[in-house]
Amino acid sequence: MIFLAKITIGLKEGMLDPEATAIRHALGNLGFATDELRTKKLYLVRFDAADAHDAEEKARGMCERLLANPVIHHYEIEVHR
Amino acid sequence: MRFAVIQFGGSNCDRDAWYILSEICGVDCDLVWYKDGLSRPYDAVILPGGFSYGDYLRAGAIAARTPVMKDVIAHAGKGRLVLGICNGAQILAESGLVPGVFTINAYPKFICRSVYLRVETSDSPFTSLYREGDVIRIPIAHKEGRYVAPQDLLCELNDTGRIAFRFCDSYGNLTPESNPNGAMEHITGVLNGTRNVLAMMPHPERASEEILSSEDGRKVFSSMISHIEHAEGVTSR
Repeated sequence: MIFLAKITIGLKEGMLDPEATAIRHALGNLGFATDELRTKKLYLVRFDAADAHDAEEKARGMCERLLANPVIHHYEIEVHR
Repeated sequence: MRFAVIQFGGSNCDRDAWYILSEICGVDCDLVWYKDGLSRPYDAVILPGGFSYGDYLRAGAIAARTPVMKDVIAHAGKGRLVLGICNGAQILAESGLVPGVFTINAYPKFICRSVYLRVETSDSPFTSLYREGDVIRIPIAHKEGRYVAPQDLLCELNDTGRIAFRFCDSYGNLTPESNPNGAMEHITGVLNGTRNVLAMMPHPERASEEILSSEDGRKVFSSMISHIEHAEGVTSR
């Protein structure tokens, strides 16, 4: 079965997010006052798996072995058929 | 004695490192294309600076997962030396050979300038010819060089003397202004547990000749050479 995994990688709580700080500053220059801004990366991955559980396990493996760095990142996985 | 400098697609300090080792330090040194792997034993492997894989995903992340890194990990496992400079340091952190991560600078822009470093330990094959507390001037050139590690790891690194270099001012003081990328505890050189792998963001190969305005980085290479000579009783040519 073909599954689509939506994998979102973000910085752990309390980690400095310099890109977010720069973007927030630029939004401020355009007149948009913001209280918070965080950056995340979204990966859409389509692949074959036996079932939804297997698909989730594979997506988790992708995160742990490459997509996320456990020192600074956390990740969220959503699997769709 | 033989060194290897590994070239990834996007490495751009490979020839600088090769030049300093072979022409200035006078040791045998091979440029090794990453796809060729380590086809013979080497005394030391250098992972040079650059932008392997265009810094896609995270700097060093993709190079760290190439097959040649299995060779480098096996080489390090035998107690042989590995030095990662700049992108090479990022690759070492991503591969798990040294702990922690080098991530985007606190002020997120590329910084290229000479900075001062304090030598934190002379008890390593890379720093044995320095004295602890020496202040040296070496260039940095990176956008993703801010060292980050969990608090318990920072304690362990301090307790075991595995921090090789910290950013400082010209007197050796750790002032906020002297920390160009916002690294935790000013750290910019980290050793592995067995002290035969060093990851450093500054470029010692760019400060190893009088004509380059500083020769302060050369002792990184001469310390390695001296360590290898001592360990194996080999005489360099």
